[in-house]
Amino acid sequence: MNLTLKIWRQKNANSKGAFVTYNLEGASQEMSFLEMLDYLNSTLIGKGEEPIAFEHDCREGICGSCSLYINGRAHGQDSKSATCELRMSRYKDGDTIVIEPWRSKAFPVIKDLIVDRSAFEKILEAGGFISANTGAAPEANSIPVPREHADKSFDAASCIGCGACVSACKNASAQLFIASKVSQLALLPQGRVEAKLRARNMIAKADELGFGSCTNTGACEIECPKGISLAHIARLNREFLKATL
Amino acid sequence: MNKLNTKIPDGPLAEKWTIHKNRIRLVNAANKTKLDIIVVGTGLAGASAASSLAELGYNVKAFCFQDSPRRAHSVAAQGGINAAKNYKNDGDSIDRLFYDIMKGGDFRAREAFVRRSAEVSNFVIDQLTAAGVPFAREYSGYLDNRSFGGVQVSRTFYAKGATGQQCLLGAYSGLIRQMSLGKVTLYSRRDMLDVVLIDGKARGIITRNLVSGEIERHSAHAVVLATGGYGTIYYLSTLAVGSNASAAWAAYKKGAFFSNPSFVQIHPTSLPQLNDYQAKLTLMSESLRNDGRIWVPKKKGDKRHPNEIPEEERDYYLERMYPAYGNLAPRDISSRAAKERCDAGYGVGKTGLSVYLDFKDSIAKKGKKVIESKYGNLFELYEKITGDNPYVEPMRIYPAGHYTMGGLWVDYNLMTSIDGLYSIGESNFSDHGANRLGAGSLMQCACDGYFVLPVTIGDYLADDIKTGKIPTDHAAFEEAEKNVNDKLTRLISVNGKQTVTSFHKRLGKIMWDYCGMVRNEEGLKKGLKLLEELKEEFWKDVKVPGTMDELNQELEKAVKVADFFELGRLMCQDALNRKESCGAHFREESQTPNGEAQRIDKEYSYISTWEFTGEEKDHKLHKEPLEFECVKPKERTY
Repeated sequence: MNLTLKIWRQKNANSKGAFVTYNLEGASQEMSFLEMLDYLNSTLIGKGEEPIAFEHDCREGICGSCSLYINGRAHGQDSKSATCELRMSRYKDGDTIVIEPWRSKAFPVIKDLIVDRSAFEKILEAGGFISANTGAAPEANSIPVPREHADKSFDAASCIGCGACVSACKNASAQLFIASKVSQLALLPQGRVEAKLRARNMIAKADELGFGSCTNTGACEIECPKGISLAHIARLNREFLKATL
Repeated sequence: MNKLNTKIPDGPLAEKWTIHKNRIRLVNAANKTKLDIIVVGTGLAGASAASSLAELGYNVKAFCFQDSPRRAHSVAAQGGINAAKNYKNDGDSIDRLFYDIMKGGDFRAREAFVRRSAEVSNFVIDQLTAAGVPFAREYSGYLDNRSFGGVQVSRTFYAKGATGQQCLLGAYSGLIRQMSLGKVTLYSRRDMLDVVLIDGKARGIITRNLVSGEIERHSAHAVVLATGGYGTIYYLSTLAVGSNASAAWAAYKKGAFFSNPSFVQIHPTSLPQLNDYQAKLTLMSESLRNDGRIWVPKKKGDKRHPNEIPEEERDYYLERMYPAYGNLAPRDISSRAAKERCDAGYGVGKTGLSVYLDFKDSIAKKGKKVIESKYGNLFELYEKITGDNPYVEPMRIYPAGHYTMGGLWVDYNLMTSIDGLYSIGESNFSDHGANRLGAGSLMQCACDGYFVLPVTIGDYLADDIKTGKIPTDHAAFEEAEKNVNDKLTRLISVNGKQTVTSFHKRLGKIMWDYCGMVRNEEGLKKGLKLLEELKEEFWKDVKVPGTMDELNQELEKAVKVADFFELGRLMCQDALNRKESCGAHFREESQTPNGEAQRIDKEYSYISTWEFTGEEKDHKLHKEPLEFECVKPKERTY
């Protein structure tokens, strides 16, 4: 099939970017979205042009590297799907596809479709862990965890740190990202000890880094490739409130 | 051969690790703060090592090529992590786990190493649980287990189909904590391109900053490689597209020995290749074999829809051939059986290169809900990619390159044959012999990183407490940096016509055809010849666009592929040398009358350890004999 691709090109962090239009012939519905971009790149190299830089690694929806805004949606139109899981069978011959990097001030563009997400790491550094040194752990079964809590904790922990939530949010809030970590650890007895500090410090750090506030629009939940629920933000808010009382 | 002293202590097998720990030298807490350690790679092994070393007081510099340590490929391990807790009361023990790994590896691993990992495995589960890993629980609130291929007990801890992700994130959170305390400095988006030796000791690395293109020097008192496996040499594999051998290969060329390079595990349950554009093969967790039955039609070339093929016309070949283990036969055996059936003309799908994995009976027996709760995310993934619904029709699967048992040679301290250079996790060769059991990879990574290396590295660093900072203006850094610059310049200046990826695809095909699931002398020789020709073509006609001093993904790929050509040659040479079959290494010339792998213990009960002797020269083989005190090598029957 033939496609019209409007893709954001930007040489580096300091230069100004712009959309460039490419007419791609010979794409196939059997390709994944990223294989379509691979194919585009091979044609660009063949023509002596510079290929488009984009991030990807595992290509099975778990590493969180891929980060494309496709036709105005984070990770494209499919729900609970990372860009690497998107298939070209969702498009038809003659379609126009607009491809942009994540849009958020906290994630500056490095080149073309690649952004810098290290702000997430800084938020985690503020408390996204249990302070358990190697060797100090008690026997694993000495602390039972109700199955329901373990399952919910897993759901929160399934965050892949891709940044779609921030990119989709009109406030560029990192609340779902923070909530996934706070909620995962708050649901486990091992994580309760530091729960209050964790919520307070991570939110303070996000504020400092320029992420916006949460106004419960729910765009993050819709675009999250792992379908992490807003309920975790509610839990984060409870933890935060308890920490400030 | 002093360099190949394994440093395995004397004493009964079960006490060796304790004896060793009590005997080796330590560095006191105050002196640790004077010592720097570089850890390259931030997967489960690298992240757990970096955080544990930092907790002890060392100054750690951690490197990864991804934008964040959390994306390292441990993240993609699905099924689980083994430990000998015996929570199921089904007769498990450290000794049984040890034996299963030895047998699974077809008696080509060192007993002392395997015994140590089995012993340490239980602490790993405690540690990861304490770090907040949400392992699956029973209604009692206690941890759940499931069984995996090649064993008869339930000892696999899991977090749905994302165990690797959860274990990695647990280790990553420890790393993050040490970053926040200033004990670990993270250098992300860096490719390690060389290791720097001063007076024969590893004292630093050369990296390329993948954003600015800058070539950087980093020094330390010791260097740890946790750089993973090299299965991407096949181009199509279950690995992340960015996984590569370049760090390990640079170490090899500087004098670190490489062991059993041709031992590559082909995973039996991957999605089959769908088209020529495909960049990778997606793994379907082996845990699916707990409830799925593998079959092909009894009639050759049967084109009917699988649901229309009646029960009596189906060949459940694993159940037929391996009645004791059935669909849970080990990975190498299951893979070869699938290939054998497909090669004989019974394969299914458009290409005839796949077999069915059918959940019909389990759904009928246990209900759709139970199957969904166990494998829901995998079923979704399958449907997304293929468009077929595995709840109503069988999955189609085929073997794919997956895990490399081979890797850098290490001694009992996990040190390579270069002083001060360590290798942990998949990048070393230590634990899995000729075939790795399911859920053994996460286990080894976490054992090495959390509990072995942080103890053993002190034995070496005890000599360095008065050394002081290692300067990066030493001539050795100068020279290494120049070599790296020359290599990159050479790659860019070829300025040919063909893309790096097109070469990688062709290289992968050669490796898959001649040094893949089944090998023979004629094929390996042909593979070596084809590799040489393609390598020559690569250096004449590869096109690497852009420049060195910018973010240049094509240049990154070109470095990896250039190294793969050289590693491919070593793999073929190793496979050619080992005329027996063992585990995943199947030489057609050496099989039982039933077509099973035939070991030749008298001649090949050794570890093949290779030494680099120069660019155009043959690699030199050292044989490290395998001695078995506790297990008796026997035919692997399942």
